[in-house]
Amino acid sequence: MDLSTKYLGLNLKSPIVPSAGPLSTSIDNIKAMEDAGAGAVVLYSLFEEEIEHEALELDHYTVANTDSFPEAQSFFPKQYDIKIEGEEYLNHIRKAKESVNIPIIGSLNGKKLGGWVDYAKKIEQAGADALELNIYILSADHKKNSAAIESSYLEIVKSVLESVTIPVAVKLHPFFTSISELAVKLDKTGVKGLVLFNRFYQPDIDLEKLEVIPNVLLSTPMDLRLPLRWTAILHGQVKADLAATSGIYSADDALKMIMAGSKVTQMLSCLLKNGIPHIKKVLNQMVQWMEEHEYESLNTMRGSMSYVNIADPAQFERANYMKVLHSYK
Amino acid sequence: MERKKVTIDGNEAAAYVAFRTNEVIAIYPITPSSNMGEWCDAWAAENKKNIWNEIPSVSELQSEGGASGSVHGALQTGSLTTTFTASQGLLLMIPNMFKIAGELTSTVFHVSARSIAAQALSIFGDHSDVMSTRSTGFALLSSNSVQEVMDFALISQAATLKSRVPFLHFFDGFRTSHEVMKIEQLTENDIRSMITDEMVIAHRNRALTPDNPFMRGTAQNPDVYFQGRETVNQFYIDCPGIVQDQMDIFAKLTGRQYRLFDYYGAPDAERIIVMMGSGAEAVEETVEYLTKKGEKVGILKVRLYRPFSIDHFIDALPKSTKVITVLDRTKEPGASGEPLYLDIVNAISEKHINGELKFAYPRITGGRYGLSSKEFTPAMIKGVYDEMKKSKPKNHFTIGIVDDVTNTSLEYDATFSVEPDETFRGKFYGLGADGTVGANKNSIKIIGEGTKYFAQGYFVYDSKKSGSTTVSHLRFGPKEIKSTYLINKANFIACHQQEFLDKMDLLDDAAEGATFLLNTLVPKEKVWDNLPEKAQKDLIEKKMKFFIIDAYKVGEETGMGVRINTIMQTCFFAISKIFPRDEAIAMIKNSIKKTYGSKGEKIVQMNFDAVDKTLANLFEVEIPPKVTSTIKLADAVSEKAPQFVQEVTARIISGHGDSIPVSKMPIDGTYPTGTAMWEKRNIALDVPVWDDEICIQCNKCVIVCPHASIRAKVFDEKLVSNAPATFKSTKFKGKDLGEGMAYALQVAVEDCTGCGLCVDVCPVKNKKETKFKAINMKAQLPIREAERANWDYFLGLPEYDRTKLNISAIKDSQFLVPLFEFSGACSGCGETPYIKLVSQLFGDRAIIANATGCSSIYGGNLPTTPWTKNKDGRGPAWSNSLFEDNAEFGFGFRLSIDAHNNQAKNLIKKFSNEIGEALVTELLNAAQKDEAGIYEQRERVKILKDKLSVFMNDGIKGEKLSDLVHLMSLADYLVKKSVWIMGGDGWAYDIGYGGLDHVLASGKNVNVLVLDTEVYSNTGGQASKSTPRGAVAKFAAAGKTMPKKDLGLIAMTYGNIYVAKVAMGANDLQTLKAFIEAEAYDGPSLIIAYSHCIAHGIDMSTGMKNQKAAVDSGHWPLFRYNPDLTKEGKNPFKLESKGLKIPFKDYAYLETRYKMLTKSHPEIAAKLLLEAQVDTETTWKTYEQMAALPGTENK
Repeated sequence: MDLSTKYLGLNLKSPIVPSAGPLSTSIDNIKAMEDAGAGAVVLYSLFEEEIEHEALELDHYTVANTDSFPEAQSFFPKQYDIKIEGEEYLNHIRKAKESVNIPIIGSLNGKKLGGWVDYAKKIEQAGADALELNIYILSADHKKNSAAIESSYLEIVKSVLESVTIPVAVKLHPFFTSISELAVKLDKTGVKGLVLFNRFYQPDIDLEKLEVIPNVLLSTPMDLRLPLRWTAILHGQVKADLAATSGIYSADDALKMIMAGSKVTQMLSCLLKNGIPHIKKVLNQMVQWMEEHEYESLNTMRGSMSYVNIADPAQFERANYMKVLHSYK
Repeated sequence: MERKKVTIDGNEAAAYVAFRTNEVIAIYPITPSSNMGEWCDAWAAENKKNIWNEIPSVSELQSEGGASGSVHGALQTGSLTTTFTASQGLLLMIPNMFKIAGELTSTVFHVSARSIAAQALSIFGDHSDVMSTRSTGFALLSSNSVQEVMDFALISQAATLKSRVPFLHFFDGFRTSHEVMKIEQLTENDIRSMITDEMVIAHRNRALTPDNPFMRGTAQNPDVYFQGRETVNQFYIDCPGIVQDQMDIFAKLTGRQYRLFDYYGAPDAERIIVMMGSGAEAVEETVEYLTKKGEKVGILKVRLYRPFSIDHFIDALPKSTKVITVLDRTKEPGASGEPLYLDIVNAISEKHINGELKFAYPRITGGRYGLSSKEFTPAMIKGVYDEMKKSKPKNHFTIGIVDDVTNTSLEYDATFSVEPDETFRGKFYGLGADGTVGANKNSIKIIGEGTKYFAQGYFVYDSKKSGSTTVSHLRFGPKEIKSTYLINKANFIACHQQEFLDKMDLLDDAAEGATFLLNTLVPKEKVWDNLPEKAQKDLIEKKMKFFIIDAYKVGEETGMGVRINTIMQTCFFAISKIFPRDEAIAMIKNSIKKTYGSKGEKIVQMNFDAVDKTLANLFEVEIPPKVTSTIKLADAVSEKAPQFVQEVTARIISGHGDSIPVSKMPIDGTYPTGTAMWEKRNIALDVPVWDDEICIQCNKCVIVCPHASIRAKVFDEKLVSNAPATFKSTKFKGKDLGEGMAYALQVAVEDCTGCGLCVDVCPVKNKKETKFKAINMKAQLPIREAERANWDYFLGLPEYDRTKLNISAIKDSQFLVPLFEFSGACSGCGETPYIKLVSQLFGDRAIIANATGCSSIYGGNLPTTPWTKNKDGRGPAWSNSLFEDNAEFGFGFRLSIDAHNNQAKNLIKKFSNEIGEALVTELLNAAQKDEAGIYEQRERVKILKDKLSVFMNDGIKGEKLSDLVHLMSLADYLVKKSVWIMGGDGWAYDIGYGGLDHVLASGKNVNVLVLDTEVYSNTGGQASKSTPRGAVAKFAAAGKTMPKKDLGLIAMTYGNIYVAKVAMGANDLQTLKAFIEAEAYDGPSLIIAYSHCIAHGIDMSTGMKNQKAAVDSGHWPLFRYNPDLTKEGKNPFKLESKGLKIPFKDYAYLETRYKMLTKSHPEIAAKLLLEAQVDTETTWKTYEQMAALPGTENK
């Protein structure tokens, strides 16, 4: 059975790609992903803001109390070799590349334009096969208008594309008024992939402590409906490869996404819950299903259930609960 | 050959050569020499090599005694070995120094010479320590400047190998060790050409080795020891010649010719000063000035003090010599003269007797100067030369002080100055926290390395660890700088903090036409009116220029915050015009890039922005022709302060300590306590403000306050009727302390450091706006006046009767008055809450032995002390002996107190008829187990004394009278005294461990409090055996590879020692219980207290959270081990934390000390983190098993 797929111009042996997240912080895990049959691995994200914060913090705590007291003019040894420029991340790419044969896709969240470009270059130089831009601009400021925010997405993407030669994908969130329009605009910039969708960590409130706390909730199979819809809608409208992510747990989920039009399906929550070897199980079940339903390759089914290829495309546009209920009748 | 010019300090210059010429380096921290070891450790961590292309082995020992032992061992086995030390550290090395010299072993010890603790400890420079080693047999070679330090480090290394006489190469602590100077750096080739293979191999061939066995270090008897001692004579005879040879070789290499005794001055000089050390440079500068005026004066600089070559000395003196004055930077009480003086007298005398003197027998006088870095200025030097003109000049004089008791001091004209006009002289006043010193170190490097100018930087700090004032003294110019003293005629003065103007007369020593730069929030139009009267007067009369900047505004705009260093540096370069403005800015930016480059673009950019935005905010202010201000400098202390505080303390606080005459100083180092309360420092910008409406009165903010600036009181609510208008109090929640009671939480806003720990631990949140708690930080200035009145009122309210409080509850314990308040410890200090707790619980009967370290400095460094008294005049009696002997020192307290107590008990038995059997029995048998018991015993003693007084007046005679007198003087010892031995982990785990172990094993009733910061905090964060695996510390620059010593577990093995491990931030109640139990336990107690510290690289305002994380990770398991429970048949060990709740990583990576290793050595960091996790798990399992053991009652 041919499970191979081409994503971002890279030949992948399977369509299952672990998405950016904590599992890929370990080289052993990356090896396990390859062993389980992953087609590629998207590494955890390099956050420029985090690097900046670390640098500021390190500078502050090593410098803040210096030269104040005659006996202790500093409190830390002189560190000549400190590098706070994402070295850890870049070394990780290098090590991952040395350790596995499947493509390694870097993931970047920049803060300012220069940072996006600089780190994209560094990730390329470190040997990443492709780059996923993890862009989200969450504006709480009502004075910032939506068009300006969207255009800054485009500006970032264009700048990165001008500075690197490796293929670039953009991971989007679903909170745009017109996802299609933005997707098409992004597509025109020359990005090779669109990843649908980024799940934000939504804050929670601790009732006892009266504090806002970060609370990571893993995706559930229900979450796949959103990327499923938009993969199906965008399939055929953009040249860029589509990658679906969120709520993909089983072979059925993956197959649905491919039928909706995705080149790869990214997984994270499922692997966090079930372990990395779950990839193998999903792939086996995909093969089994395809054999049972006489599909020879993924190419045959890709997009078969997309907006343009189904009889009633309006089904993907329906958003009204009543109508959906009605549709069951 | 053009050598590289570097701008470095004396310590770095010495370490530069020492690192390259040694194979083994044994180190231990002590101010001001620690930096030499730190440099070597950092270079080794960076894989730098010595001249044999090897990385020297750098090891920290447990004490200087240990370091010198390892040096001795490494030397005996053929390695080129060195060490660095000073002061008490050098004293600890003396036994090994005798051995090393007796065995003719080549080595150089580099010493930044420092005072020895006598009536007081002092970290500053003089030759007391070096002079104590005169009899060891070490050669003593003195460097006077940073250049000489580098040069003599090499010359001494070569000379020791050639002569086999070990060398002590010394230079003045701080003045030279910490002075930043532009010097010519020796090259590797220079070093190689001086240290020949032949000499190194000869040294190695003398090594102990089983391949060629022999023995060294025998014991000898009266028959031969003497002769054996005389065998070395020839080596000492040859040594001066060898040193001169090496100086000559060095001169050929570098062009710098040194002699054993270097003369400078008029060829026909009649008055010659003989001295060594940095002061000689100031004398040379003065001699240059005076000779130009025709004075026949000269200076003879002693380079090689031991072996003292009389021939070389005499040869170096001009034939015209008539008067010699020898200046010693040391004091030998009771001697017929100071050491150098006696050597000179002897040299002249011997030569004279032999008829070899080339001039008539001169008059020789001796004087002391510069003890503990006391200023030694051209004015004083002129005073000495003037004295030498007299027919009967004063001998055994002092210069630089006013000795109005034995009248040793010389008078001098303090206004005399020889500073050359072409030298730029700038003084910069800043706060420790604003980066002023760092910026100036940087400026001097820029100037030193960017121009042909000579450059010098020297930095003065006060003795506070929070809110400290710094003064940077910068000189540069075309002429070589010999001014080894502070600037007193400045042509540039910068005040980086406006509030200094209200406290200090900054412009007093401004030269005519000088420039004044002020950082101020006040706009240009109003700034003149805000200046004090004296400042206006100086600006007008001295025809000064005046510039202002609002650096805080620029700091805020550029993200620099309060660190205004770059901004003020830019102003300095812009105004001083050393370089064209654009060039200066480019140089600053280049330097920023160098300094911060590795820390990321963001930091570089922030600094660049600050530079760019500075010039637009820098304004020149036109100086009006008339003084308009009536603002006077604020008094240092309130007029209500006691006489001693007014006459002595206040003068020190206001920076005029130098003018205090001998007569005003206590004769034996005894000082009153209760003085910190008079030093209203007002250093906090924001202070806590109480919200009485939502407060639950838990008193947690009170217990954690490191500075005792938050106090709680319960009192009769009727008392508040006459309170100031803004005084807050509320109904006391709780009935256990009586009905109708009010509760007040009062902040001493003028003493608060604004750390914010109180806000962090406050458990209450405002239900409407959760960002507010029951205590919140607000600006201090607007409420200062009102809160000052409130504080005074609060102090006047009665204290709740301590005998009626349930002190084993946090809330009640915090109604006890702290007898440790307003220390100069770091803002948010993790140690002081524990000390304060001791003072609250037991302070009225406590005697404290304090190991040298942070706690002895914030506890006992003048001008003021936080230790204080209660309303009855009782309070902790405190003393610091040494670093290494603190447990033994406190043990001595116990022995003495017990002896007094026994004698008192025996004596009262003799008076049973007179005072009554019942009182005697009660006095003898009083349990004194709690506050009430103590109170009752005090009352009995009062009755006893009253009764005894009656007999005293009744005409008792003979032995009975003697007994009575003794009993009167000892009666107070019938009341229990609480002995507390406290110090840091450097003391308890390392240098004092042997003594601590012995004292704990003694069974005596002492309480030991280890303030465990897991590093030597006071000397700047060097690793101790308490430092955890994986943490970066100085001397463990690549991360500590060995696990932390488990001091508690070791102590528990004795079985009869009360041991507790506490962390207030994790469990304050467990902490409180431990302190109460430790004191109650009639035997030795050990409390190991987790103390967060700035050396951890953490947010000090949330330090208590770090404590909790340390406990939750298992790094710091909480337990109490109470041997009294064993007696009850129970398991004495109670494990009180809740297991491994979070991974070690989640705790460790809250702290820079661990995290920075992931940036410098990521692979080592990962490995050590894993090992540290295993350490915590292993320890936890051990403790769990111990806690699970059944007591004997269950067997």
